[in-house]
Amino acid sequence: MGFFFLVQQGLGLPPQASSVAPAVDSLYKFIFWVSAFFFLLIVGLMLAFVLRFRKRPGYQKDVQAPTHNTLLELTWSGIPLVLVLIMGFWGFKVFLDINTPPANAYEVQVTGQKWKWLFTYPNGYVDEALHVPVDQPVRLVMTSEDVIHSFFVPAFRIKRDVVPGRYTKLWFRATKTGKFQVFCTEYCGTGHSDMLTFVEVHEPGGFERWLEAASNLLNTLPPAEAGRRLYQSRGCAQCHSVDGSGGIGPTFQGLFGHQVMLKGGVRTEADENYIRESILEPMAKVVAGFEPVMPTYKGRLKDQEITALVAYIKSLAGEPQPASGQ
Amino acid sequence: MAVPVGNALFGDNYLSHAKGWKSWLFTLDHKRIGVMYLVSILASFLLGGVFALLIRMELWTPQRTIMDAQTYNQMFTLHGAAMIFLFIIPGIPAALGNFVLPLMLGAKDVAFPRLNLLSYYLWVVGALLALVSIITGAVDTGWTFYTPYSTTTNTSVISMTLGAFILGFSSIFTGINFIVSIHKLRPPSMTWFKMPLFLWGLYGTAIIQILATPVLGITLLLLIAERALGVGIFDPALGGDPVLFQHFFWFYSHPAVYIMILPAMGVISELVSTFSHRHIFGYRFIAMSSIAIAIISFLVWGHHMFVSGQSNLASLIFSILTFLVAIPSAVKVFNWVATMYKGEVELATPMLYALAFLFLFGIGGLTGLFLGALATDVHLTDTYFVVAHFHYTMFGGTAIAFFGGLFYWWPKITGRLYRETWSRVAAFLIFIGFNTTFLAQFIMGAQGMPRRYYNYLPEFAPYHRVSTIGAFLLAIGFVMAAGVLLHSLYAGAPAPANPWGAATLEWQTTSPPPHDNFKTQPSPGDPYDVDRWVFDRSAGGYVLAASAAGGGNA
Repeated sequence: MGFFFLVQQGLGLPPQASSVAPAVDSLYKFIFWVSAFFFLLIVGLMLAFVLRFRKRPGYQKDVQAPTHNTLLELTWSGIPLVLVLIMGFWGFKVFLDINTPPANAYEVQVTGQKWKWLFTYPNGYVDEALHVPVDQPVRLVMTSEDVIHSFFVPAFRIKRDVVPGRYTKLWFRATKTGKFQVFCTEYCGTGHSDMLTFVEVHEPGGFERWLEAASNLLNTLPPAEAGRRLYQSRGCAQCHSVDGSGGIGPTFQGLFGHQVMLKGGVRTEADENYIRESILEPMAKVVAGFEPVMPTYKGRLKDQEITALVAYIKSLAGEPQPASGQ
Repeated sequence: MAVPVGNALFGDNYLSHAKGWKSWLFTLDHKRIGVMYLVSILASFLLGGVFALLIRMELWTPQRTIMDAQTYNQMFTLHGAAMIFLFIIPGIPAALGNFVLPLMLGAKDVAFPRLNLLSYYLWVVGALLALVSIITGAVDTGWTFYTPYSTTTNTSVISMTLGAFILGFSSIFTGINFIVSIHKLRPPSMTWFKMPLFLWGLYGTAIIQILATPVLGITLLLLIAERALGVGIFDPALGGDPVLFQHFFWFYSHPAVYIMILPAMGVISELVSTFSHRHIFGYRFIAMSSIAIAIISFLVWGHHMFVSGQSNLASLIFSILTFLVAIPSAVKVFNWVATMYKGEVELATPMLYALAFLFLFGIGGLTGLFLGALATDVHLTDTYFVVAHFHYTMFGGTAIAFFGGLFYWWPKITGRLYRETWSRVAAFLIFIGFNTTFLAQFIMGAQGMPRRYYNYLPEFAPYHRVSTIGAFLLAIGFVMAAGVLLHSLYAGAPAPANPWGAATLEWQTTSPPPHDNFKTQPSPGDPYDVDRWVFDRSAGGYVLAASAAGGGNA
């Protein structure tokens, strides 16, 4: 019963949304049916022999039955050997397609870090999600800021480790528009299972419009609103909540203008300079009760962007505190 | 020649030979060392199993259920480390192999009894270091210790890796002992091709143990050097190469999975022949396939790294070699099935485990094809598909064979018979529980559910729930199996020398055996000539056909 459910569900595979997915799935199905045949053969014979030759009153085993047969041995070595070699070379052929990007691919830089993904587009704009045009090859040049991560898009059937100190590459051509899940698949610590994002595949023309609008945040929006978008797109949201709930880092709600207790017992006020310092040199003043795990944003956020983030955090301050001397 | 047929539980045997705790702790008797290993290894299995149940409980809901993310990461690391380093690797060789190998050879002990005891105490020290690591900030790296995560996490990586390093020596010493014993202690009439297949399995295992384990030792020492002294080997921040660690690690750890499965295959060869009451089919092919697996297993490690960025050519070579290693395993399976043909199949408890092995290892082996092929591996690696695959081979294969072997040799080890009905019910529950736990994981893995995930997307929840229910069925099965065995210790009927009708030499001495193993030197013939053995009602077990005709020899 479970078997038929599986076959009906496309053998468990997710929907296909990239140019290589159909080829990967064909091989998967070939291996599945070969395996199913051999499994049923082995288990079928096993059960048949248990029933037919089981020990029972009146049954006599055949003591003359042969105990070896070289021809049989060669047959059941040879046939599987041919089948697995077919699987091996077929797998290699499709693997080469997965690993060989066309020359005209659109390039996006990918940075993995605990525990988020950053995508840098050719114009310098950075986003937490990957946006791409449909039916165009996209090449990812990936590296990690800390430990090994792995970039996996099930619907595209692609995966590649993202390693610190070197660049790994991956390409795909999305064949369907929509949002597709991205997982980190190399264990990377506490937040490993939250290191999720998505690929959004845009219709022709839609990608260019999105990139232009997204790149121009600072010039078109009030600073606090631009800061809110940056908070979401640049990975602050992974660790800092804005509703007072706990996380890997302190919440931003009611932070600005208030006193914070630092590791070592010193108190300080969360003003503009404190926030700027904490973004650029996160280890300088760590809030008591939190691990010093935040990466620096030095060189990754422009001054204008930091100002926008400060404005956003300011907007979350809640009740203004009379004691704070702004 | 008189072959004993009786029980020695109340006479002279290795258990009654000497009394007091010192007689155990300082024993050089391979049987007692085997029993001490058995108790320790089963305790480790219990520990690893408790971790597994905690993991499955946490995964009942997509968010937090009973523990936080950090604790969960420690749990799956400890589950893997305890099961692999403390249970599966030493399980069959050090516990069952230690007890059975000299008996099968008709010898008094292994070649180096003192080394054997040292090997046990190294295991104890390694296990204690692992326990220290659990108490002082349990490691959260996964059992694979991948760099640079393992060199930067603030958990106690050093004591855990030092523990694994010392366990490696324990494993090497067992391997040396077995190789020398098989070469030097075989009786003259037991030629290589008259050796029981369990010994071929242990021989192949020992080759891998002594050649591959030192590489793991060196790798773990380098890791410790990097963590403790800041020597840059694997961490790119220090000028090292993190992928190098993976090459080193899998250079040991892939052959290590054959350290786990080869002795299990040896056990299955014994069980299938004995309980089909028929000569094993294709003896030479099974024996040689063990050696073929041992050799090829050294050349497949790169299949763990198809998405790490290694070159396409390297990936192709590793993929083809991986497929080649599947052939000798398939040959074994076909020969086991053929052994049942025209035999007299008896569904005793150990045979139920052997049949379960064929079913589960069949699935484990065949799903390996999906992971050996490059294109499909890209999609499936590091998902639950891999988790399910290696549980089907390591648990469905090795652990099931271990328990089959335990139920097979239990009457020889303890001198007691267990209750067949209840042990069969337990075996059946374990089989059902196992499939419930891990079949669901194949499906969610193919859909993309990554492994080592604390939180997961809600769409995977139904599969996780089925899996968790299965894990508890499995646990109930094992509790029942343990109950059957413990019950037999004080209430079991005395076991005859040869309760199953097997033709290997360990059944030609009393149950349990005397201190020196044999009162009269057995004469080895064909280890699978089971037709010479016939059931004798007065002895309660099997006796040689000639002595049965002569009216029994009790």
